[in-house]
Amino acid sequence: MDSQTLAAQTAETGNIEHGEHPPFLRHHFAGVEQQRETATFGMWLFLLTEIMFFGGLFCSYLIFRNWYYPAFVAGSHSLHLSAGTLNTTLLIISSFTMAMAVHASETRVRKALIGWMIATIILGCGFLCVKAYEWHDEWVEHHVPGLNFSPQGFLHGTKDYPDDKLPLDMAEKTQVYFSLYFAMTGMHALHMIIGISLLTILLIQAYRGKYVTGHVSPIENFGLYWHFVDIVWIFLFPLLYLISRHQ
Amino acid sequence: MHFISPVLWQFLIKWLTYFAIFPPEASNIAPYADALYFFLVAISVVGLGIVALLVVTFSIRYRRDVHPVATQIEGSTLLEATWTIIPLILFMISFVWGALLYFRVYSPPPNAMNIYVVGKQWMWKVEHPGGQHEINALHIPINKPIQITLISQDVFHSFSIPAFRVKREAIPGRYNTEWFEATVPGTYHIFCTQYCGTLHSQMIGEVTAMTAEDYEAWAAESTSGQSLAQNGERLFASLGCNSCHNSGPNAHGPNLAGIYGAHLQLKNGQFVTVDDAFLRDTILNPTMHEVAGYAPIMPTYQGQVSEEGLIDLVEYIRQLNSQYRIEQTIDNSAAQPIQTGAAPPETSAPALPPGTVKP
Amino acid sequence: MSTIVTLPDQSTARLPKVSYLNQEYGLKSWLLTGDHKRIAMLYLISITFFFFIGGAMAALIRMELLTPPSDLLAADTYNKVFTAHGIIMVFFFLVPSVPATIGNFVIPIMVGAKDLAFPKINLLSWYLYIAAGTMMISVLAFGGVDTGWTFTTPLSTHYLNTHVVTAGLAVFVAGFSSIFTGLNFIVTIHRMRAPGMTWFRLPLFVWSHYAASILMVLGTPVLAITLTLVVLERTIGIGVFDPTKGGDPLLFQHLFWFYSHPAVYIMILPGMGVISEVISTFSRKRVFGYTAVAFSSVAIAVFGFFVWAHHMFIMGISNYSALVFSLLTMLVAVPSAIKIFNWSATLYKGSITFETPMLYAFGFIGLFTIGGLTGVFLGSMGMDIHLTETYFIVAHFHFVMVGGMLMAYLSGIHFWWPKMTGRMYPEGVSKLAAVITFVGFVLTFFPQFILGYLGMPRRYAAYPPEFQVLNVFSSAGASVLGVGYMLPLLYLTWSLKYGKIAGPNPWQATGLEWQIQSPPLTENFVETPIVTHEAYDYEWLESQKPSEVPTVG
Repeated sequence: MDSQTLAAQTAETGNIEHGEHPPFLRHHFAGVEQQRETATFGMWLFLLTEIMFFGGLFCSYLIFRNWYYPAFVAGSHSLHLSAGTLNTTLLIISSFTMAMAVHASETRVRKALIGWMIATIILGCGFLCVKAYEWHDEWVEHHVPGLNFSPQGFLHGTKDYPDDKLPLDMAEKTQVYFSLYFAMTGMHALHMIIGISLLTILLIQAYRGKYVTGHVSPIENFGLYWHFVDIVWIFLFPLLYLISRHQ
Repeated sequence: MHFISPVLWQFLIKWLTYFAIFPPEASNIAPYADALYFFLVAISVVGLGIVALLVVTFSIRYRRDVHPVATQIEGSTLLEATWTIIPLILFMISFVWGALLYFRVYSPPPNAMNIYVVGKQWMWKVEHPGGQHEINALHIPINKPIQITLISQDVFHSFSIPAFRVKREAIPGRYNTEWFEATVPGTYHIFCTQYCGTLHSQMIGEVTAMTAEDYEAWAAESTSGQSLAQNGERLFASLGCNSCHNSGPNAHGPNLAGIYGAHLQLKNGQFVTVDDAFLRDTILNPTMHEVAGYAPIMPTYQGQVSEEGLIDLVEYIRQLNSQYRIEQTIDNSAAQPIQTGAAPPETSAPALPPGTVKP
Repeated sequence: MSTIVTLPDQSTARLPKVSYLNQEYGLKSWLLTGDHKRIAMLYLISITFFFFIGGAMAALIRMELLTPPSDLLAADTYNKVFTAHGIIMVFFFLVPSVPATIGNFVIPIMVGAKDLAFPKINLLSWYLYIAAGTMMISVLAFGGVDTGWTFTTPLSTHYLNTHVVTAGLAVFVAGFSSIFTGLNFIVTIHRMRAPGMTWFRLPLFVWSHYAASILMVLGTPVLAITLTLVVLERTIGIGVFDPTKGGDPLLFQHLFWFYSHPAVYIMILPGMGVISEVISTFSRKRVFGYTAVAFSSVAIAVFGFFVWAHHMFIMGISNYSALVFSLLTMLVAVPSAIKIFNWSATLYKGSITFETPMLYAFGFIGLFTIGGLTGVFLGSMGMDIHLTETYFIVAHFHFVMVGGMLMAYLSGIHFWWPKMTGRMYPEGVSKLAAVITFVGFVLTFFPQFILGYLGMPRRYAAYPPEFQVLNVFSSAGASVLGVGYMLPLLYLTWSLKYGKIAGPNPWQATGLEWQIQSPPLTENFVETPIVTHEAYDYEWLESQKPSEVPTVG
């Protein structure tokens, strides 16, 4: 079709006719391949911004840990290692289930896709429940900075760590540790909540048969996001829970 | 001048009297700062001049009416190199010169007279070691290096004396220092140059630079009677510092005689030089500065001492240059009950904390 | 080989029957659009709105500063006014100005695509901007915020009872608007270029937006987390910035300036892109040193991440750390100098005309040079001691932002106005406005350099009387400047109905956007262009015949 005919046709209808294409192809893309590659590129770039977002918190943690080492050790000891390990396990398994969901979308098996997505949601919610329990515990122990913080608990050692007896001025510094703890795990939990909400929306769409037609991008790219949130936790867990266990 | 309205004349006179275009050069560093400034102005004028010349000449010479056909030119690596390297060289000169000036302004000479300034919303509290206290004013002698030890009680402030070309931020939680040496007697502005809330614009003061004799006279008549060190001595006793830092043989804490300026070894093996910041921080966060050879039992005084109190204590310890002085303190505080049963003061000077290197 | 310019006879130009403006009707088609051009127009309207609010704040500031005492506004009110001026101008005008209006409109067409990579995210960007703007307006309506646009702790966290949290959240949301715009640009430029459009055939406008987008995407999240921590400290009371709880207020400064310095390059790089296009078009010449100008944009972006502590020279950072930052600041100044010289050299042996965009571009070159050179004053650490936090800083950043960026924005608006609306702006009054703006600007801000060296601090509602004369000059200039900015609002609106019809290429410019109709179709191109010529190829343009330009209707 030459430009004159095309122009005339557009003048009449305001639309430009095009060839056959799958229903999920957006019109500004030249083809399905371009759409898929573009969406993936966009998601990787977004994850880069998320790295910068968390980076500020990690930097602050680094600096304050350097300054207030004993307080950070004592603070870390007061976290529940079992809860943290359980959370890590839940998240790693949820990354597996998410990867299986992507596979199901690629192999166009609707039931499997829905099943794996539901599993991921459940594991994610499990993570949040454990986190809520931990936070409740911090509240009970007066470890919430600003709101009900008291360094009393750190003036005497604990059963597991009798040497965790800090002088008052260093015990006060555990508030900084907990500030960072809540900021980091809070931001992470927020990302989990957003992820679970998005996944629920995708689940509803998957139920309607959306992602088993060759349109894998949304599931694939959400998978990238989910794995990223998992990886952030893989960094948080050692930094907050594991790092001083040998002392 | 009857044809000029009196109102307008009044304005003109007021404006011309008050009109300033260049700040006075009243310190020894000011001429150096001004020299750098004039260099930078010169290269800016030259740079702008070149650009303006090029743009104007080309616009006139190659306007469409006289030059209808444009010649497509891709570029010239030689030109790119030229106008990269020459600005780079000029900027590097600015960098080196600026760095030298900066190090000069922020490296006080060892014999500088120390004055403490506490910034708070919305005033400057100036404390001379001899016990003179000023608000929004600073009296100094000329031709003597003065170090300002600066801290804030609340938010960020900035202590600026444009006539001396110096400025430093007053930050809560740590000391900053700046120094200057005034050269011309007179009064000059002190400004707060970091936005600090409602009355930021009212946080201004006056520095009065005086000849040495005038300064002596002023200092004699303005003192409150107690020097900062004497205030510090009283605090030292009333806070119970004596109970550990009493230089007895079984003292729990290091002997503080002559400690200012010494190199101390900390528990973690590091060496630190004892200065104002170290003393202040040790009083507030003793666990961060555990000294080798002593048990970490010093309590924190966070919340029990104001910034002025800390300044008094720091000044007192600074002046604590002999065993005799320590005994004076203990005698002076004999009226105050001391908690622990300390041994009676020895006449011989006990050893400094292990690992201390004499200044 | 001739590049004799024969501008098309505009009396024969016709408005196309179908364009993006009328291809769909109704409010919903605008508010739920995915068309980058419509989103650009939505941004144009909202940005103009915020500009004039920020401008009103500026007018209040200059009126107050006519007299030494704080007699027009109470001290607290003045603090709220300059804070509003700063936040609105930086986050709601300068950051989105060129990228969100001109960039959104023109970049897909320049690369030969039908739209940006993610049209829905583009629309989301605009809605985030509107949400943030609404939050900011509500802050103003409910009493204002007086932290200064820099939100310095501990003032903002513990010592103010104004709407700091809402303002912080407004900036947070505006930041995400910016991130999504940048993300869209990067992906589009990487993945959606037309066949034959290699990286080095891209217009320099695209290169500078690419560099600015990298900064937006990597820098803005740090601002987001910083503001989050300020909000947490203010609401819950965590103590990361509070020295009494063991925190460090300097940590806030490092985190804040880590974004806010790249932010100034986010603001200026798109403007530099506009200047490249305008200088080239109105000299009928390719830009001198294309590769140098392209790479200097990227160099500014990269170096711009490593200089943030030059805002902290007097705060007590170590002398050696200050040394490093000063050195890097000098290095980041060099690419800007390279650009200025390349643009000047583009004029050499050109065929120059002086339409309004060109006048604004000349204004940019002069004023940005002054502003940039005074940046060298400030990067020279010893000089910075005397100059920082005074009116010298205020003059410096207004020269680069207003004399530089705002002039570039106006240049771009006038340059692409025919493309966006199909109409020409009135040349006579627009030239007058450009000159008035230039004169008003110099009169307003040049005296402030002198005031700065005298030591007059910034953010002062009241000042010692010897500073009054210079302040009066400055305020007088501001009233002239205000006239200069009002005029475009009036005549550009007028031109929408009464402007001459533009035709597809009123400037005889190269670039894919000038080879399609004005205003463009929603899909931009009737068929995907295949690019065979270099950027700024005026010889290729000569060989084009007018009938080959696709116009619909």
